Amino acid sequence: MKHWLPRAYLTTVYALLYLPILVLVVFSFNSSRTGYRWGGLSLQWYESLFSNHAMVQAMWNSLWLALAAATVSTIIGALTALALHRYRFRGKRVLRGMLFVVMMSPEIVLAISLLALFLLVGLQLGFVSLLLAHVTFCLPFVVITVMARLSGFDESLPEAARDLGASDFTMTRTVLIPVIMPALLAGWLLGFTLSLDDVVVSTFVSGPSYEILPLRIYSMVRVGLKPEVNALGTLLLVFSLTMLILSQWILTRSKR
Amino acid sequence: MHRVLQQPFKTAVLLLVWGWLLLLVLTPNLLVVGASLMTRDAGSFLALPLNLDSYRRLLDPLYLEVFLHSLYMAGVTTVFCLLIGYPFAWALSRIGKQRQTLLIFLLIVPFWTNSLVRTYALKLLLATNGLINNALMGLGLIDEPLQLLYTEGAVIIGLVYLLLPFMILPLYSVFEDLRRELLMASHDLGAGKLATFMHVIVPLTLPGVLAGVMLVLLPAMGLFFVADILGGSRNLLVGNVIKNQFLDARDWPFGAAASILLTVAMAVLLFAHRLSRRRLGDEEPAT
Amino acid sequence: MKQTLLSLRGVSKVFGDRTVLDALDLDIDDGEFITLLGPSGCGKTTLLRLMAGFEQADGGQILLAGKDISHAPPEHRPLNTVFQHYALFPHMTVFDNVAYGLKMEKRPQQEIRERVEEALAMVQLGDYARRKPHQLSGGQQQRVAIARAVVKRPRLLLLDEPLSALDFKLRRTMQVELKRLQRELGITFVFVTHDQEEALSMSDRVVVLKEGVIQQLGTPREIYERPANLFTARFVGETNLFPGRLERVTDTSITVDVFGVHRTLRKPDFPVLEGQDVNVLLRPEDIRVLEPDADHGLPGKVVERNYKGSTLDSVIHLNDGTEVLASEFFDEDDPTFDYRLGEPVRVSWVDGWEWLLPSEPHDSASERLIDA
Repeated sequence: MKHWLPRAYLTTVYALLYLPILVLVVFSFNSSRTGYRWGGLSLQWYESLFSNHAMVQAMWNSLWLALAAATVSTIIGALTALALHRYRFRGKRVLRGMLFVVMMSPEIVLAISLLALFLLVGLQLGFVSLLLAHVTFCLPFVVITVMARLSGFDESLPEAARDLGASDFTMTRTVLIPVIMPALLAGWLLGFTLSLDDVVVSTFVSGPSYEILPLRIYSMVRVGLKPEVNALGTLLLVFSLTMLILSQWILTRSKR
Repeated sequence: MHRVLQQPFKTAVLLLVWGWLLLLVLTPNLLVVGASLMTRDAGSFLALPLNLDSYRRLLDPLYLEVFLHSLYMAGVTTVFCLLIGYPFAWALSRIGKQRQTLLIFLLIVPFWTNSLVRTYALKLLLATNGLINNALMGLGLIDEPLQLLYTEGAVIIGLVYLLLPFMILPLYSVFEDLRRELLMASHDLGAGKLATFMHVIVPLTLPGVLAGVMLVLLPAMGLFFVADILGGSRNLLVGNVIKNQFLDARDWPFGAAASILLTVAMAVLLFAHRLSRRRLGDEEPAT
Repeated sequence: MKQTLLSLRGVSKVFGDRTVLDALDLDIDDGEFITLLGPSGCGKTTLLRLMAGFEQADGGQILLAGKDISHAPPEHRPLNTVFQHYALFPHMTVFDNVAYGLKMEKRPQQEIRERVEEALAMVQLGDYARRKPHQLSGGQQQRVAIARAVVKRPRLLLLDEPLSALDFKLRRTMQVELKRLQRELGITFVFVTHDQEEALSMSDRVVVLKEGVIQQLGTPREIYERPANLFTARFVGETNLFPGRLERVTDTSITVDVFGVHRTLRKPDFPVLEGQDVNVLLRPEDIRVLEPDADHGLPGKVVERNYKGSTLDSVIHLNDGTEVLASEFFDEDDPTFDYRLGEPVRVSWVDGWEWLLPSEPHDSASERLIDA
């Protein structure tokens, strides 16, 4: 069996996956206005990005939304995971199935259904509608992250704690929460990133009162090329990478 | 005593999550079903009477062509993802554990990175005066820049680029579970490489293939921004049609019907996936 | 007249810088039940995989009925394997699993059906043909794995610790079952195990392996009663080893000093010199425990007693601290036969039941290997 062939293949695919990102990062430091030719090193696109008030406002809006969406979905998701793990109740399979379907459904289906709901109940499109929508699509991801952690840990630990005299609440606080903590953090980070990156759902449920970053980018990249997008993309990449490394670090460190 | 303390907590949690799902998942979807059966109205979006007109209009040659083209592009995208992803996942599952962790990490980095930005990055490569054309002309392979952007090909490239990890990850997980002993058993019983591939590897990785197809095919029909940025006006996805009906044309019944088309496609794929797993003796879906 | 079916000539296998098998020679007779026995890491599984063709030898030859198959892929070798964890195809029914090998041979439908049904009937699973492997118990899966391998009528069946995943009682049943199958089919069985009891009770011949080198090849009786070296003596069964010194050697007998007691024994096969150190090897059941006032035997006291149903196993400490294991059958005439802990006794053995081995240079207690 040729050993170099699989390796060469993996390398090629990775190179193709990373080429566009690499190009984007390199061009974000390009001084040329046309955007396609190298004109020398420059930070001007970063400057113009931060001098754009609407852009900075959209960044803050996105950040607040992502923080809120990640936090709310982590709380509800973790409680759901604990309930699924510990309790027997009617409709458990239906609940799991529903979460699975939400995760698998095309975003656009979720998006229009939520838009229909919000308009029906007369909810003003803005922060609240965005938050409700983002929590909904983040929820299943948090649930599976926490469930994965719970299913991997020794069933007898809670029983041992109870046996040693801990009350249910104390057991939850002293045994379960520490055990699922890394999954909570990882789930939170995932939710945060999902919210920050979402275009499809946000396109439908956001209003003019609350402009968020992905929609701002969308309007910029639809036509032509905007060098500021290179700079913004590079910043987002660094940001996501930090979050991902953090989350992986939390998950692997806790396994030891 | 503990039971009593436990019950209110359990009740509260279940109420919260069921409430959320009923209010923000089930109700909205029922509304869409309802909307698809109603009539378009300029003032309030929707009006009675109930009818199947919207579904009939899906078969209108004008839209049918768009849908079939979208399905075609999504299909080609899925096939490419499968062709690239299957050997990729196989190779990935066979290298050292240490390196595997790193490579999986590298694979999910793009998943955590803004997909709009990545689609835009492709534009830098594909544009008329973009990197690929410049490189080809520099090498003297072409004299005129090729029209790469705003083509069907560009949309497919964009979709493959964004969705490839979603094909690879479920495939990787089935290859990880594929026990080496089963392949040895197949050879031991007289099967060559091809027979082992057809009779053992393919059936055992089928759930992964179906999960991957589901994770690629459906978004490939819905990701309207990819078509918007890379495809121009002629290469529309079902997602573009739905978006236009809801946000621009204001024809909700028709948009809702188009969206139900996607939901039905998902249901079929979910069912196939479940069936394939049950054949292997797995009962629960992978939630 | 025994015929050699499979022969290994100077077979070596190296993984990285570890030599797993070192120029190993082995001839397997047609129709025998031969067991590869050794602790984990001794190379027994590697040896099996080389025979099956899952690994390629780094040196040497493998001949099947005189034909060199060293480089033939597994699918072209007329031998089949029963895997440790059965390796049943989870997506196929029991019937399709068993039929797989015959389909690969492109046998006609009718023949496949008959032979599969016959094979399933043979392992008493005729009614389970439509089930999936996950609907069967461990023991039933094991039977399917056997049926799947023997339905191809191989010259040789390789069994890689096939019983290790089963519980004790089921293992016993399957041991008897395998022996029956082997007799009925007349196929040569190569059986890998680390369980010495299993090896002794099932095999025609046993190969004891350690670090890729054959320590001994012989019938179970030879292995147990006349171990070739200390490793085999200790690995197979419980053993008491007494250090002795040769005092006098004649043409037929020797006199040995064991803990100051002089005994005249049969002369062993290996060359002996006066003054040489030897090991006197005694199985627990060869030990006789005598009253403390007996006129011979080594004095000691009982420190442990275990009731085993048919035997009474005791541990006796000699006065110098040496531990002796004794296993005695209950005497039906003496229902009160038992020991008190701390009871003084004398230890002896029946002349001629001992086995002598030369002392080995690196003979230390740490080498003692218990079932791994």
